[in-house]
Amino acid sequence: MAKVHTIDLINLSKKFGEDLVLDNMNLYIRQNEFLTLLGPSGCGKTTTLRIIGGFENPTEGKVVFEGNDITGLPPYLRQINTVFQRYALFPHLNVFENIAFGLKIKKKSNEEIKKKVTQMLELVNLAGFEKRNIESLSGGQQQRIAIARALVNEPKVLLLDEPLGALDLKLRKEMQIELKKMQQSVGITFIYVTHDQEEALTMSDTVVVMDKGKIQQIGTPIDIYNEPQNRFVAQFIGESNILDGIMEKDFKVWFLSKEFICVDKGFDKDEKVDVVIRPEDVEIVEEDKAQLMGIVKNVLFKGVHYEMEVQTNDYTWKIHSTIMKDAGSYVGLRIVPDNIHVMRKEK
Amino acid sequence: MVTKHLSRIYTALIFVFLYAPIVVLIIFSFNDSKSRGNWNGFTIKWYIELFKNKEILRSLYYTLIIAITSSLVSTIMGTFAAIGIYDMKGFTKKFALNLNYLPVLNPDIVTAVSFMVLFKMAKLELGIITIILAHITFCTPYVILSVLPKLKQMNKHLAEAALDLGATPFYAIRKVIIPQIMPGIVTGALLAFTLSIDDFVISFFTAGKGVSNLSIMIYSMARRGINPVINALSTLMFLTLMGLLLIIYKRSEKEEEKAIEK
Amino acid sequence: MKLSKHGYFYLIWMAIFIAIPLFMVAYLAFTSGDSQSISLANFSLENFKRFFTPMYLEVLKKSIQLAFISTIICFLLGYPVAYIISKAKLKNRNILILLFVIPMWMNFLLRTYAWLTLLGKNGIINLLITKLGFQPLDLLYNDTAVLLGMVYNFLPFMVLPIFSVLTKMDNSLIEASWDLGANKLKTFLKVIFPLSLPGVLSGVTMVFIPAVSTFVISSLLGGNKTYLIGNLIEQQFRYTGDWHFGSAMSIILMVFILISMALTSKFDKDKEGDVSGLW
Repeated sequence: MAKVHTIDLINLSKKFGEDLVLDNMNLYIRQNEFLTLLGPSGCGKTTTLRIIGGFENPTEGKVVFEGNDITGLPPYLRQINTVFQRYALFPHLNVFENIAFGLKIKKKSNEEIKKKVTQMLELVNLAGFEKRNIESLSGGQQQRIAIARALVNEPKVLLLDEPLGALDLKLRKEMQIELKKMQQSVGITFIYVTHDQEEALTMSDTVVVMDKGKIQQIGTPIDIYNEPQNRFVAQFIGESNILDGIMEKDFKVWFLSKEFICVDKGFDKDEKVDVVIRPEDVEIVEEDKAQLMGIVKNVLFKGVHYEMEVQTNDYTWKIHSTIMKDAGSYVGLRIVPDNIHVMRKEK
Repeated sequence: MVTKHLSRIYTALIFVFLYAPIVVLIIFSFNDSKSRGNWNGFTIKWYIELFKNKEILRSLYYTLIIAITSSLVSTIMGTFAAIGIYDMKGFTKKFALNLNYLPVLNPDIVTAVSFMVLFKMAKLELGIITIILAHITFCTPYVILSVLPKLKQMNKHLAEAALDLGATPFYAIRKVIIPQIMPGIVTGALLAFTLSIDDFVISFFTAGKGVSNLSIMIYSMARRGINPVINALSTLMFLTLMGLLLIIYKRSEKEEEKAIEK
Repeated sequence: MKLSKHGYFYLIWMAIFIAIPLFMVAYLAFTSGDSQSISLANFSLENFKRFFTPMYLEVLKKSIQLAFISTIICFLLGYPVAYIISKAKLKNRNILILLFVIPMWMNFLLRTYAWLTLLGKNGIINLLITKLGFQPLDLLYNDTAVLLGMVYNFLPFMVLPIFSVLTKMDNSLIEASWDLGANKLKTFLKVIFPLSLPGVLSGVTMVFIPAVSTFVISSLLGGNKTYLIGNLIEQQFRYTGDWHFGSAMSIILMVFILISMALTSKFDKDKEGDVSGLW
């Protein structure tokens, strides 16, 4: 091993009674990385985070932190801090005391505590809030205090468990940008859990898509979006049209009784495949340029674009387009080879 | 691991402390001797004596009459009062709630003494009527305190929806509100019943010469020292209680199972 | 819909049976004369002057002392129990707390009476002591027996509210404390205990009030040796017949309790009393 990873999860499994929540998971997390565990509820993402934090012990496998096995080490001995789902701020302490909690445990001097808490409050844009009562804060403010309380301990890794879930949409967008900025300025590893794919794609360096206790795909947001490895990832990340197809040979795929040119290769001859096409990749064109013809079933205005359903002979397409077509109109569709993504069928 | 064992031992000791007196009472209700230290052999003569004792049987009868009447009245009055208080606003609501808390927080003996003063001043002869009036008064606040939280949980617009659909106010209360708060009413009724059965202090000050409930009976017997008949009575009361609790427990277990099946 | 009208009958009922009687008691406390008839009474502070003499103050002091000690013992014994049970697995937890509540459902007098059998001169404990070859002890009819009776009767009142606060406590707060480096002991001292204080406070009130005003426990287990303010009041109303003096003492007891409750509720943010915690 040339370079030591910040965290390695090795053959991690977790059972709750008979339920297998994590199934032999392997993952490494690099230094200063913003890594997101993404998946539907019950996919094992929160359990993974709790195992890293030390709140759960794995049934099998190891957690390695900078090369040292920390499996079984209690949370208070780990150099890892957590931002909890509902913030878990101490209601009996004020803002200052909440942030100072970890420092006081470490018996830091009063001046140092004061200095660091003030710095942290500045970092999260809440300077002057020291004396405030936790209950008097808004959701967004509590969120920032929770982040400050964790970061003030200068952890090597910060765990965030759906931290923006309780905020409204506008605030959530603002916080996404702020969190990313904070991560870059403090320069530590963030491990972020969410079920919101947009959030994951916006903030992360690496996205880990999970389902049923297994990793489905690891990659950069762009990879995950453009090159989903299987049907689950394609369906979960963004909207997509998924069709059954047959890979005739390299660069030739057959679906909807038609041959299309694509950029994929390396499949068996006549292998059955899933074909993924994103709604924004289906162009609406004049009949003479079209590959397929269909009837618009309905149209919804979505601000920037129109969301349409177009019925062709065997398939109803989801299409996002800036061109407005009335329901009932007859339209031509075209998909350029670059936008046709072919995946192997799951066994 | 050590703390685990320590906490188990500690809990066990506390349970011994709680149950030892009761167990001893039960064992010695079968002891064929008036002096309690020694075991003189098994007998059920104290039970026979208990059932021959007209005074005890009469006080049992009074206890039940009082508990049934006062828990019934206080449940009905408390439910309507809770619905009323729930709808009150501002000062009236605060006033009503504080008035309701007064007998809950006041020491029993002060409440009891004030009842006694009231009845004497009103020239009411102390007896079963005064006991029942007093029991209704001190049980109702507990009914209200059990029902109010259920009212708060209820959707505010339910009753309005019923009226909107053409129900009369009384119909809306009976068919919409009451079913929603039923669990609170049942809890309140049970609470009122047990409080009434268990009460000594209030009854002691509001009972006349001829009337006594079990608590008053036990008090006057116990002041004269140990009496194995009381042991027999305790045993029967404890077993009845255990039986009741077992039934309640089994029922709630069944309900849980049903809830899980759904 | 006006639902509030349904409350007015109850308000009138409570005015007649709770408010007016308390005013009558207050009136009696501040008058002297024939107890049984209000019209003949004259305003007087005689009853209070009589109470604030060493003999009666001693009784008040003893009542407060015993109630205070029994409250502390209940807290010291009860907190660990509440904590241990609240940490048990859900199924065991329900059974354990049910077991804890069962003795409380038994008649209060019987629970007190049970100790006569244990502590008496010929009681079980003395029997064991003599079997071991020691002299029998005077366990009954003293302050310790009264304290024991108080602790035995009121311990559940301390355990239940604390238990209820502990089980409702958000587990992520405890995890947050570990996460910030506090070990289990520090987490208990800095997070769990401070957050359970509302439960402790209601436990303290629920033990202290019945303990300070009891006359049953003291007359059954204390004999003639332990005389508390409850016994004084009982005596005035049941035997001596001096209702003026009895009323004055009732008012003093009530005011004392209202003041101590006002003091405790200052520390207690949760104003709504939780009677449901009993169930």
